[in-house]
Amino acid sequence: MNDFYIPAEYEVVRTAELCIGCRVCERQCANEVHKFDKDLGKMIADSNKCVNCHRCVSLCPTHALKIVKSDDTYKLNGNWSMQTMNEVYRQANSGGVLLSSMGNPTDAPIYFNKILVNASQVTNPPIDPLREPMETVVYLGKKDVEIQRDEKGKLIDNLPPQLKLTTPIMFSAMSYGSISYNAHESLARAAEELGIYYNTGEGGLHQDFYKYGKNTIVQVASGRFGVHEQYLKTAAAIEIKMGQGAKPGIGGHLPGMKISDDVSKTRMIPKGVDAISPAPHHDIYSIEDLRQLIFSLKEATEYKKPVIVKVAAVHNVAAIASGIARSGADIIAIDGYRGGTGAAPTRIRDNVGIPIELALAQVDERLRQEGIRDSVSIVVGGSIHSSSDVVKAIALGADACYIASAALMALGCHLCRSCHTGKCNWGIATQRPDLVKRLNPDIGNKRLVNLVTAWTHEIQEMMGGMGINSIEALRGNRLMLRGVGLNETELKILGIHHAGESM
Amino acid sequence: MFTSENVSLNGAPVEGEVHIPSGCAVSAIIDRSGKRMTGEKIIRSIATMHDRSNGLGGGFAGYGIYPHYKDYYAFHLFFNDFSCKKETEDFLLSHFEIVYSSEMKTRKVKGITNEPLIYRYFLYPLSKRLANSLIDEEQYVVKCVNTINAKINGAYVFSSGKDMGIFKGVGFPEDVGRFYLLDEEYEGYMWTAHGRYPTNTPGWWGGAHPFGLLNYSVVHNGEISSYDANRRYIEMFGYKCTLQTDTEVITYIIDYLLRVKHLTLEEVAKVISASFWSTIDEKSEEDKAQETYLRKVFPSLLINGPFSIIFGFDNGLMALNDRLKLRSMVCAEKGDLAFVSSEECGIRVIEQELDKIYAPAGGQPVIYTLNGKTLGEGGIR
Repeated sequence: MNDFYIPAEYEVVRTAELCIGCRVCERQCANEVHKFDKDLGKMIADSNKCVNCHRCVSLCPTHALKIVKSDDTYKLNGNWSMQTMNEVYRQANSGGVLLSSMGNPTDAPIYFNKILVNASQVTNPPIDPLREPMETVVYLGKKDVEIQRDEKGKLIDNLPPQLKLTTPIMFSAMSYGSISYNAHESLARAAEELGIYYNTGEGGLHQDFYKYGKNTIVQVASGRFGVHEQYLKTAAAIEIKMGQGAKPGIGGHLPGMKISDDVSKTRMIPKGVDAISPAPHHDIYSIEDLRQLIFSLKEATEYKKPVIVKVAAVHNVAAIASGIARSGADIIAIDGYRGGTGAAPTRIRDNVGIPIELALAQVDERLRQEGIRDSVSIVVGGSIHSSSDVVKAIALGADACYIASAALMALGCHLCRSCHTGKCNWGIATQRPDLVKRLNPDIGNKRLVNLVTAWTHEIQEMMGGMGINSIEALRGNRLMLRGVGLNETELKILGIHHAGESM
Repeated sequence: MFTSENVSLNGAPVEGEVHIPSGCAVSAIIDRSGKRMTGEKIIRSIATMHDRSNGLGGGFAGYGIYPHYKDYYAFHLFFNDFSCKKETEDFLLSHFEIVYSSEMKTRKVKGITNEPLIYRYFLYPLSKRLANSLIDEEQYVVKCVNTINAKINGAYVFSSGKDMGIFKGVGFPEDVGRFYLLDEEYEGYMWTAHGRYPTNTPGWWGGAHPFGLLNYSVVHNGEISSYDANRRYIEMFGYKCTLQTDTEVITYIIDYLLRVKHLTLEEVAKVISASFWSTIDEKSEEDKAQETYLRKVFPSLLINGPFSIIFGFDNGLMALNDRLKLRSMVCAEKGDLAFVSSEECGIRVIEQELDKIYAPAGGQPVIYTLNGKTLGEGGIR
């Protein structure tokens, strides 16, 4: 049986008086929504193909275009939403798993929005970041060393390798393959300019980008794509990807149509064939196995590079983090259930895992209870929307934050959530050369630097307001936070008081 | 635990239930020749800064005041009533040899009311109990102090060092000093003092400062904005911040860095009042390496926000400001005498003519010790 007709979710609306028939929209749309109809002598649009990426709207010189939510509807039903029904129709037709991209878009609670930050008044002066130093430098890595002195009594620097960040923000893992060459170049150059790090994701490192190694975190995932000695040695740090917030419990997905020649070479896999990483690392079925991989990587890199272990935020994340902290990892990265992805099964993306705020609060508290918070740094991601989210995450106990969706938005992403189709009109989540070239790395780099610089200014303003002039005095400083509209269980898990309760 | 329940007004939170910030005055005098003086001078010094306190707490620490009992731990205790006193003494007898004990001598002073029972015990650990505990003597004493403070309702040990003592209470500091007869009964080579201006407490005897831990004492003026970051970190190492005051957490941080991590006083200052990265960059390669190392290893022990502290120990003191110097603090010298005070008037009132007077920069530790001695000699290290 053929598929039912599924009406378009969004409609392309063109104001006829404004349209000059320049056909920019037609040329810009990889989904082939727009075309010039010779018979009618005007531009027409097929809304069914539209993913609402806003490329045409942005580039229309006369602002003749807008995309609106369609008012076409099935008989209204509080139990069966139109989207849920459409998904049933699609699956009944295809027999396949539903695929989605980017983070969970449902209206589940965003805890960051229910947390408020303190400021100084009278008894303690706020500090002015425009006139006083305001330090955002962070060192990530193990701190649990015994103090040793040389024969002159001077302290010996016996710290394991550390990552120095000028600001507590890094670009999270996005593989070459899921995103384009130009997107990677933008991220790498911005990381270098900002004094932070970007993360290769699990797709290997393109030969052209080895020169940004000092600002590169390379990932080792269950598929081991693109992993070799030089890859490890070039990096500033190595991340073992055990899980991802968007798809806990399964491996990475890269649709075959995104595997170009270059991607195939970088990943060391065949061209055009779906690259689906195994759900587990097949050499890691237990925590003791993880320890072996951590030390294998350290051996391979002569103990010169910190090893990060990235896990998805799941129900038992505190105990898992405790295990990782005792396994030789230098840094734990935790990815919340709202984290983005280039492709994930919809059901997993929207239903598996827990919010990063709760996971972070629990992990930080557990590590402190066990007296091992010093054994690892904590980096969190999975929908860090703004500088205030960074401030709140650090006050909850994070050392730094990973951002990815926000970074892609700086490059033009409009969250149309169609990365898995490989037809990204913004040149980000695509490998089609005609689309990739739309993203100019000079501009991309600049916009990323702007974003992180702006956030850093805002972090400094909020720190100063709290009477804090060094980011380390904010870390884990939960008295600076208050919940609003949260119940007792939520407050207990977050380890914060409700707004209105005093210090 | 000795609590302030009896003075809680209309259900206001009591000490230990909430984090209590307070403004304050601090002062200290040391005679570096070791010559002993009564508490008269330090009382005059802190009295001059009367307006920096609000009558909700004052206290003193005297060093070298118990020469006849200098080998014994001197416990000063508050009791709410005789039943908890009995309970505490039973506990003390089963853990220590009590060499001498008595009620603390006090005089009636206008402005000091509602005083608890105040007793003093000179004691040393029972050798067999100590040996069986498998911990060292200092840890043993600290553990016993914590047990009394946490477990015995109505009892509070507020001083536990050797040849030193803390005297504190609710009231203006000069009244507290006279209440304890510090101007007549005691002579020490060093005195520190504190006048409290709490913004959030009903005023509780145990909550006054100095805060002591064995021979260490801390007086502090400020409100640290890093409190919870510091507290949550230091509690990993067995400390429990029950009073929830800045002074308590600062004392534990200093104790941890000195006694557990074996840092020097100067290094402790570089951790808790670290130089800015931009300042560190301008230093010599050697200093840069040392300070960078300390900041990398102990980031969570940076104390942020305004403070001036005077840390007292056997043989001397260290005065330290926060890195931005957001609280006033002046140091001065006159012969063997050295002074530290929140305001210059607190020094001039005792010594008009000074050899030297200066305001140390933020984060710059000032260390005054008995001539030829340093921290640790005969101390608790």
